[in-house]
Amino acid sequence: MRRGEPAAAARALSVVTEERPGHEELSRLLFSDHGRSHTVGLCGSPGSGKSSLINRLVAHFRKRGETVGVLAVDPTSAFTGGAFLGDRLRIQEHALDKGVFMRSLATRGMMGGLNSTIFAAIHVLEAYGVQRLIVETVGTGQDEVDVAEVVDTVVCVTAPYQGDEFQAMKAGTMEIGDVFAVNKADLPEVERTVAALKDALSLAPRKGGGWAPRVTPVSALSSKGVTELGNDIVEHHAHLEASGELRERRRRQLRRELSLVISRRLYRDALERVTEGHIDLLSANKADPQTLGGKLLAGKNRK
Amino acid sequence: MVSAHRVLIAKPGLDGHDRGAKVIVRALRDAGFEVLYTGIRQTPEMIARTALQEDVEAVGLSLLSGAHMTLCPKVVDLLKKEGLGSMLVFGGGIIPDEDVPALKKKGVSGVFGPGTPTEEIVNFLREHLDAPKAAKKPARARGAKR
Repeated sequence: MRRGEPAAAARALSVVTEERPGHEELSRLLFSDHGRSHTVGLCGSPGSGKSSLINRLVAHFRKRGETVGVLAVDPTSAFTGGAFLGDRLRIQEHALDKGVFMRSLATRGMMGGLNSTIFAAIHVLEAYGVQRLIVETVGTGQDEVDVAEVVDTVVCVTAPYQGDEFQAMKAGTMEIGDVFAVNKADLPEVERTVAALKDALSLAPRKGGGWAPRVTPVSALSSKGVTELGNDIVEHHAHLEASGELRERRRRQLRRELSLVISRRLYRDALERVTEGHIDLLSANKADPQTLGGKLLAGKNRK
Repeated sequence: MVSAHRVLIAKPGLDGHDRGAKVIVRALRDAGFEVLYTGIRQTPEMIARTALQEDVEAVGLSLLSGAHMTLCPKVVDLLKKEGLGSMLVFGGGIIPDEDVPALKKKGVSGVFGPGTPTEEIVNFLREHLDAPKAAKKPARARGAKR
């Protein structure tokens, strides 16, 4: 895979994202390549045009001669466990480009717009050797701030008619964006949306390293503004490196990755100990969830 | 926990009618599969490369153009070239009955015409994909019975 063999990267991604046997060992081996790629996360509500924008951004980065990876997350049905991974079809024009590797992932029960194995998947593509790694979250909207602890640069995608200046004043994604892409700039209201965002951001405290978030109108439809948006992303990366903020963010990512691994293991082990007998105890009022949950978690320590 | 099976639905060639493909995508999603769709007007090369990157277990080809005898075997051949010779390939759309034996001979394991109940396709996929994920032996035994 480190020789740039796409089939190997594809299989490694399956092993880590499906937690197949050996995934822990594979993740351990790949970790030495962590931090090699500039990771860029795109968030925004469903239908704001994240995938279509990624399609344009991939073309932009390829023109700069960079290799690009894309990890796109779509929701798993809470009812059937199935998923329609529909981001890929917007990006298919790059299917034959050997400098682009794209993989679609399902959330599989993780909240916050990202899959719990996202860090392992990122490390696979870092080892494979992509220079820019774009992560597309599921479009969950207002409160999807997890991505800020996963990637180096956060791009919030919005569009005209998605809210006025009061929407822009709310907490949530407005606080995490390094770059705001106002997509669908071919629509007439775009200037008002850009102004409302700029106004709201002008009152916000500066981000780490003194970066002032950019607001850029762009049209994934016509490609207008894509160069500017691409430049914003590249300049933000340069700023992160120059200001030392990159090191800070990488530390935050590692902390998050470690805590995800811990909670995933605790959660999985404790849940495997849950039996119908425990539910019987609860329904007969012979135990309460707090005490029983504590006991089940502690069971691990006694082993 | 057993992960969901990943299946790619693809539209090779020039026809732009993908109502059928969308129905299949939706039916498979509701049956618990992780389904990818390429969109319309894909070359066999794009489909094979996508199957490789996404590491899917099956590829479903939907054609209404009449070019199935050319395009379906081409996809099968390219999958082999990418090292995916064991990929389960199935097809659907407007495919005359007399073409089905030839397609099957060329590696298209199942052909489903208009009006096929979606459960039939779901069962076909489960039959082929569930077995290898579990043990190898029962898979062969089940295959022998059929």
